[in-house]
This record gives sequence, structure tokens and C-alpha cells, in this order.
Amino acid sequence: MRECRSAKRLLWLFGILPPKTAACLLSRCNDGVAALAYALQQLINGIVLGAIYGLIAVGYTMVYGIVGMINFAHGDIFMVGSFLSLIALLGLAALGVTAVPLALGLTLLFAAGLAALYGWTVERIAYRPLRGSFRLAPLISAIGMSIVLQNFVQVGQGARVKPMEAAIPGGIELMNQGGFAVRLSWMQIAIVATTLLVLAIFTWLVTKTPLGRSMRACEQDLKMAALLGIDTDRTIGLTFVIGAALAAVAGLLFLLYYGVIDFFIGFLAGVKAFTAAVLGGIGSLPGAVLGGLLIGLIEVFWSAYFSVEYKDVAAFAILILVLIFRPSGIMGRAEVEKV
Amino acid sequence: MKAALRDAFLSAAVALGLFVPLVGLVLDNGDQGLVLRARPIAAAVMVALVFFGRLAMRLWADRPGKQARAIRRSIAVPVGTSKYIAPVLLAVAVLLPLTGSRYYVDLATLVLTYVMLGWGLNIVVGLAGLLDLGYVAFYAVGAYSYALLAEHFGLGFWTCLPLAGILAAFAGILLGFPVLRLRGDYLAIVTLAFGEIIRVVLINWVEFTHGPNGITDIPRPTLFGLRFSNDEGSDTVAAFFGIEAETIHRVIFLYYLILALALLTNWVTLRLRHMPLGRAWEALREDEIACRSLGIDVTNTKLTAFATGALFAGFAGAFFATRQAFISPESFTFIESATVLAIVVLGGLGSQLGVALAAMVMVGGLELLRDLLSTIGEQMGSELFSGLAGDLPTYRMLIFGLALVAMMVLRPRGLVSGRTATATLGR
Repeated sequence: MRECRSAKRLLWLFGILPPKTAACLLSRCNDGVAALAYALQQLINGIVLGAIYGLIAVGYTMVYGIVGMINFAHGDIFMVGSFLSLIALLGLAALGVTAVPLALGLTLLFAAGLAALYGWTVERIAYRPLRGSFRLAPLISAIGMSIVLQNFVQVGQGARVKPMEAAIPGGIELMNQGGFAVRLSWMQIAIVATTLLVLAIFTWLVTKTPLGRSMRACEQDLKMAALLGIDTDRTIGLTFVIGAALAAVAGLLFLLYYGVIDFFIGFLAGVKAFTAAVLGGIGSLPGAVLGGLLIGLIEVFWSAYFSVEYKDVAAFAILILVLIFRPSGIMGRAEVEKV
Repeated sequence: MKAALRDAFLSAAVALGLFVPLVGLVLDNGDQGLVLRARPIAAAVMVALVFFGRLAMRLWADRPGKQARAIRRSIAVPVGTSKYIAPVLLAVAVLLPLTGSRYYVDLATLVLTYVMLGWGLNIVVGLAGLLDLGYVAFYAVGAYSYALLAEHFGLGFWTCLPLAGILAAFAGILLGFPVLRLRGDYLAIVTLAFGEIIRVVLINWVEFTHGPNGITDIPRPTLFGLRFSNDEGSDTVAAFFGIEAETIHRVIFLYYLILALALLTNWVTLRLRHMPLGRAWEALREDEIACRSLGIDVTNTKLTAFATGALFAGFAGAFFATRQAFISPESFTFIESATVLAIVVLGGLGSQLGVALAAMVMVGGLELLRDLLSTIGEQMGSELFSGLAGDLPTYRMLIFGLALVAMMVLRPRGLVSGRTATATLGR
């Protein structure tokens, strides 16, 4: 807490004092600069983590917007995506593809494509037969699917964690003040750039293509869309495909960032991404990305300033608080329940 | 036939995409990092299974006259027989310790713990229709309440049993107050989050809970002050009755204890279903808005369901602690919640008998199957069977998950449909 305050004081100093005096003062309060540098580093880390959460959250929010169900298996699709990425990276290395950008690009396409197939299959097997069934049926089925995917990967790939060497080492040092160096690694830049690119493609898909138009129509009113001749089953299936592909991209980025995955990562990441979707306003696509960023920042800053052990508690507590006080989230619409 | 073949080929093509990378290639943790190992036969078997499975399904569904409905009917327990199943099961349960087999009694104790948890959760999910994914949190509260009370205040099991239940019920109310306004699936996620919060706190609050190491030496229960022990003291059961001290006495005692607790849960539930409260729960499950318009206090009704469910989870938790004599946060993961939920759902969301049958099949059945496989493996010296037996616990959750999905798709009303309202007009 104290570091926090001194950093604030420092900003104030920069604003009102002539540079020379400020610099003179700065040399005296070295720990203040270090605190600022520390906070800046956390900001960078938080944005990177938030980008990953945002990508997963988009899948949750899309499905909720159209079908009105929580796709509990979405976090596990993310996990499957990161396993597919790791397999593809190792496979490409074995085939002799050593150029990093090429290998990563191919991996991204491979993981996104196959995870999309997983997403489609999950929808086809577990959700489509249940449309119009009683309220909790799709959710229970989704929990079942989540357990299936987790244990399928555990049985197929083993329960031990899978480590990977950093694919893009190195980075740049932004500043080195008061003994604390702020680093921005190439990996972090690559992650944020990939996220922006993927989200740009996704936005184009939703706003400009016929598929996007039918998705938005289904989101507004599923029954009316069906009456107007939209193949709703196909649209919903494609929604799952797109969501799964985005989650797989997030899976690849997660793998690159942390360098270690196991069959259980989907659970926590899934709950946090869902929290992000709710925080941003479920059903709202920009809200999901914004919520992801916020959750990433909150988690990183909480770990940095309070306690690492309770960072998951922080995320869960936010979920509960948002649902109680503002269930419609930051950018969502309030839901009116009709009889 | 032609359409069925085409369909099967398409499914096999999808399966090829799904299984070739994740089953056909496996990441092995080698000495020098990960190695990719090919496993073509396993992938081929999976794809072939999908192909023939899909073909058989299509041919079955397309056979003239009958629709797939016939399968659904055949899965269900016939209504007429279910009247006799419950008394028979009860008689078997009461007489089971007479076999004197420690293995069976231990297994039955485990099954009964799940039956009790299932019945407790059944109140929340099956009767009131509130999907609770954090049920294990209340189980944990019960277990830790007993363990900590015994450790710090030296209280015995019988004092702590009601306390553990009450504390768990309080936890239920505490959680319920803010979140019960939420819609069904939001509530599910929040309860899930709550369960995880409890677990993380149990792991990290080391001074209070001993963290990941757990609590050891939790006292065993006594029979009217008599201990189950092999030592020479005069206050042991063996000394009092003048019999040879044996460990199996305690095992059997614990078995009857959980049987009594489970039956208590069942009895309370059955009685509550005939009270206005129980009827309000069932009405709430069917239509919340209609309930509100009829003047039912929705929040209070939900809270009582939550608290009652949590109460029984607390009892079960205290029992679990005293049976194991050791608890750690490891025992209270989301998987436990999912297991109990699977039991309730498979049992038919509201049916008492269904829950008991589902717990027997899912917990006891799988255990027995594993032993059967390993015995066959030993007898025949066959690698295949003992290998299967070793893998079975790993497959357990996979089977649970598949069963949940299959159940929802084929028979959303459960094996023994108990969703018929307890009270109806005009009969």
C-alpha cells in the first residue's frame, strides 16, 4: 500500500515541478521511482493476461447472447486448443519447420481449425438435442462435456504438466530506474498483436458478413430469425465454431506466455473468462474484451500488491459482487424476464 | 442404408480430425523435455468405434416402425417394480455387515456417504431446482468444523455432529442471502466460485486450517462414551461387552452410523415434501414467476432449501472427517461437487430411490468393476485386464461426464423420474 501512495505522489511531482527540480527530488526518493516502474511492469503484464482472458470471454458471451446458456465446456476447449498448439509446435519442429513466425502461424491455423471442430462437435452432441428442454438441461450437459474433455485429455495425454521452452526469447527494457527494470518481452508484444489481429478479423466477421448478420439476428430474437428464413441451427453451430477458434488462439497464447500447460488449466481460465464476460456485460462483444482486460489487470495487481495465494479468490469475489450489484455488467443491457 | 453409410463416413471424418492429434499423437515427458510419440492404432480404433457406432445408431433409428423412443423406455426402471426395490435395498443395507467382510462394509460406507450427499443435494437441485455447483463447500465446512472443534476444544463426535451441520447450514444461508436472487445458471456459476473460494482459503489460511497438510488425528466416534480401540482401557467397547477387540467393530459401527444419517436425510426430505415448504420448493422448481405471483416468499423458500441441503452436507462432512481421521483440502475439489451432481442428475432430479441407485452404480459399481477386472487380470496373468483395472479410476470421471451428457440427451427426466409433483389436484 505504501508503495502505491508514493507512486501517486511521484506522478504529482512530475506534473507541477520543473523537470530539473523533479529529477533532483527523484534521486532522493529512489524507492518511489522503483515503485512507479513496478506498477508499470504490472500494467504490462496485466494487459497481456487480459488479452488472453478477453479472447476466451468472447466465446462465452457470444454463446450466451444467442442460446442463453453458459457454455461450461468453453474453458476446456481453450485447454484443448493449447494442447493442440503444443502438439503442432513439436510436430512442426520434428518436420523441420524452424522459422519461428512460420511455425507459429501454422500452429495457430492448426489449433484454431481443430478446436473449432471440437466446438462444433460439442454443440452437435451435447447442446443441439437439448434446445427447448428444461432450464437446467443444457447447463448440466455442458458440465458433463467439460468433465469429458478434461478427462479425455488427461487419459490421452497424461496428467503431468507439459513444459515448453520459450518460442520467442528476449525483449526490450523500457526503463531501468531505482534498481527495477521494466521489461517488455517480444512475446508480450506478439501476444497483444495477435489478439488485436484476431479480434479485428472477428469484428469484421460479425459486422460485415452475412454470417455475422444472421448471428446478430439470432442474438436479438432466435424465433423471429428462424421465421425469417435464417438457418438457426447452422448459425448457432458456427457461433460455437468461431468461439472455439478464438479460445484456441487464446490457448496458443497462454502456452507461449506461461510455457507450461496441463489438462486442468481450462477450469480456472474458463471461470475467470466467464467472470470477464459477466463483468463486461454478458452478450456484449466489446464488453467481453473490456472485461477480460479488467480481470487480467485486477488479477495481476492483486498478486503484485496483496497476495499471490488469493488471486483466484479475488477473481471469484469480483464475479459474485458483479452479479449481485450489477448483473447486467458494464456494457450489457438489463434483462427483463417475461412470462 | 446408403444415407446411414454416408452419415457414418461423415462422423468418422469428424472423429479423424478430433482423435488423430489428441489420441494419435501423445506428448511424453521425456528426460530432455517433451517428446511426441505416435499412437496410430489407438486413434484408428477410436475412429472405427465412431464409424460403427454411428452406423448402428442410424440403422437402429431407421428400422421400420419403431422409433428411438423404445430405447429410452428400456433404460427406465419400470414403475411397478420400483415399489419393491426400496425395501429390498434397505434390508440388504441393514444386513450387509453380517457378511463380516471388511471390504464390502468399507465400500458400502463410501457408497452411503455419496447417497447421503446425493440426497442432501437433491433437496437443493431436485426439489427446489437450484443448481448448486459448490455443494462440496458445505461438506468441507462440516468436516473442518468437526476437525477444528475437536482439535481446539477437545469436543467429541456426538457434540460436533449437530454443530457441524448447523455451521454448514449457516454457511449456506450466508452464501444464499446475496446470490439467491440470481437466475439459474448464474447461481450455478456463483456457487461454483464459492466452492473454490472455500477451498483456496482452506489451502492458504495455514494458521487456522493447517493448509495443504490437512488435519490429522481427528478423534473417532464413540458408542455412548465407549471407545473403539484395541488398548487395555476399561472404557472400550470390547472391554464393556467382554469381547475380543477387533478393528471391524469400528468399521461396522461407522457403517451403521452413515446408514442412520442417510436414512435421516431421506426421512426428513420425504416429510418435508408433504409440508407446505416442500410443496413450495417443488412449485419453485417448475415456475419461479408463477410462485411469486401466488404469494410464495421466493427468497425464504430458496434459503431454506439451501440451508437444509447444506445441513446434511455438514453432517456428511463430520462423518467423513471422523471416518478418515484425516482431512485436507484435496478432498473438497470441484470434482466432488460434480460427482454428487452427476449422481443426483442420473438419479432423476428429485427421486430418492434414483439417487440411491445412481450412487450405487456410479461409486460402488465402478469400484466393483475395477476389482473384478484386476482379479481376472491376476487369474489369467493377462496384461490387458490388469491394465484396464489400473486405468479405471482415470476413466471414472470420463464415464461420469459421458453419462451426464447421455442422460440429458436421452432421458432428461432421469432414470427414476421423480419429477411428478408430490401433491396434485383431483385425485
